[in-house]
Amino acid sequence: MTLDLKTSIATINHSIKLTSGFVLPSYDLKYETYGNLNQDKSNAVLICHALSGNHHAAGRYDNDDRSGWWDNMIGPGKPIDTNSLFVVCLNNLGGCHGSTGPNTIDKKTGKYFGMNFPVVTVSDWVNTQKYLMDHLKIGKWNFVIGGSLGGMQSLQWAFQFPTLVDNCIIIAAAPKLTAQNIAFNEVARQAIMKDPNWCGGDYLNQNKVPDKGLSLARMLGHITYLSDDSMKKKFGRDLRETELKFNYEVDFEIESYLRYQGEKFVSNFDANTYLLMTKSLDYFDPIKDFGDDLKNRLTENDGNFLVISFTSDWRFPPKRSKEIVELLLDHKKNVSYAEIKSNGGHDAFLMENQDYFDVMKNFIVRSKCV
Amino acid sequence: MRIRQDLELISSWVEKNSRVLDLGCGDGSLLKMLKEQKNVSGYGIDYDVSQIKLSLDNKINVMQLDLNDGLNDFKNDTFDYVILAQSLQEIKNPEKVLKEMLRIGKEVIVSFPNMGHWNSRFQLFIGGRMPMTKELPYTWHDTPNIHLCTICDFENFCKKNNFKVARSSITSRSTIDNLMINILPNLFGQVALFRIQ
Repeated sequence: MTLDLKTSIATINHSIKLTSGFVLPSYDLKYETYGNLNQDKSNAVLICHALSGNHHAAGRYDNDDRSGWWDNMIGPGKPIDTNSLFVVCLNNLGGCHGSTGPNTIDKKTGKYFGMNFPVVTVSDWVNTQKYLMDHLKIGKWNFVIGGSLGGMQSLQWAFQFPTLVDNCIIIAAAPKLTAQNIAFNEVARQAIMKDPNWCGGDYLNQNKVPDKGLSLARMLGHITYLSDDSMKKKFGRDLRETELKFNYEVDFEIESYLRYQGEKFVSNFDANTYLLMTKSLDYFDPIKDFGDDLKNRLTENDGNFLVISFTSDWRFPPKRSKEIVELLLDHKKNVSYAEIKSNGGHDAFLMENQDYFDVMKNFIVRSKCV
Repeated sequence: MRIRQDLELISSWVEKNSRVLDLGCGDGSLLKMLKEQKNVSGYGIDYDVSQIKLSLDNKINVMQLDLNDGLNDFKNDTFDYVILAQSLQEIKNPEKVLKEMLRIGKEVIVSFPNMGHWNSRFQLFIGGRMPMTKELPYTWHDTPNIHLCTICDFENFCKKNNFKVARSSITSRSTIDNLMINILPNLFGQVALFRIQ
């Protein structure tokens, strides 16, 4: 069976008060769906994307040689099986691939939002995802699934709307960032903001692109997504050419690869969105945010949780996932946990891996409503 | 290796509607059985991802953890029973793990293969070779079983650590063994089951 892919835009005309206090009167959410919603609407799955992701999770557009970012996971016969599940993936508010965000026009001023776009939190995203859910007339998610920042959204769903989600899958995530995590994000932000073309965030209105800063931010990020072993294996100390050049051009393959990754990223991503996404990561701390209320909220959730980590992930290593498991255990939730052997680093959550896919598949098959 | 017969016996010791933590849960069949027969809630733990997959298939909550790393993820007195069935011999530090089990659970159930069984003694005494049995079919140099013991050993171990044995059951799958088991349990028992407080 081929993938039944539909791309749409939902205009939400319901004003939203963000965590920051900022009120957004209306906004667009671009989303994709795969598969079909069944008659009793019990087979809906929400996929939450990570820092650089978007609504295009699976399938391939005509005239495009690249598939969606989680195409190995979502589709007919794949772990998130679109033969029986109706899968929804959106570009989050503040994103740069079709939803309202810093790179869209502010109707009030007729100019690009830029830095005037408010900082958005994971909690805000979950609220907007709830509006999208209403827009699609879905009463309950059978699954909310995400990796990294997407996993954090999945966890947030269980706290924020505990009765509206049956099963949560939280992959390569953490219940909050460490000082080291925030430090990496801050360097990435500084790289962007120190680029003269950033123009205080107003670059789109001034027809400029802070490409150097954004590509630096991406290069730094990319290092943290890979493991030392996988880099060693892929690049080692291989030289781009046969001899060292004794100048400051590219000598090693890894340098070339990082520069390429940085440049590629710039052509497809907005610098202000990168700032926003990293801030959202930094602010994520639902245990603190919900405080004593967390207990009551989790009591209302009678679903199943699956937490997955990867052995070589040093951005959100297994012990961070175990913090989530421990929290769910403390509240006597139905939780399962797998620690997948992989040398893929943090990015392992996007890679094909038999154990990872089998665990996902078995959990989904046994937990789904249909 | 866990045998259904042993699991049935463990199941008969578990109260209805209790909370159970099953260490070294394998494919999850004990918890599945306990869920069906006794309506228990709980979790299985195993370090082998292939067992995690099977346990998920069996619709139980399962966690991929290594018992040798400790059980810090679990708080004091959060389970009615913590079960270690046929995995004692694979653990690096049985004393530490049993103490952890007693910290987490109100009661601990342990089952293990008895190396004092006549068949093992016979293999070592007459054959002069390390015993290999149907349950433990490993050569001495290639085995996960690093802490094999006899029933007497285990009783001494409990005494030394002040573990209170509330109940024990020694079984064998052989009819001849079962005729003699009450007289000489350490010689005729294949599997020992202890409940500790």
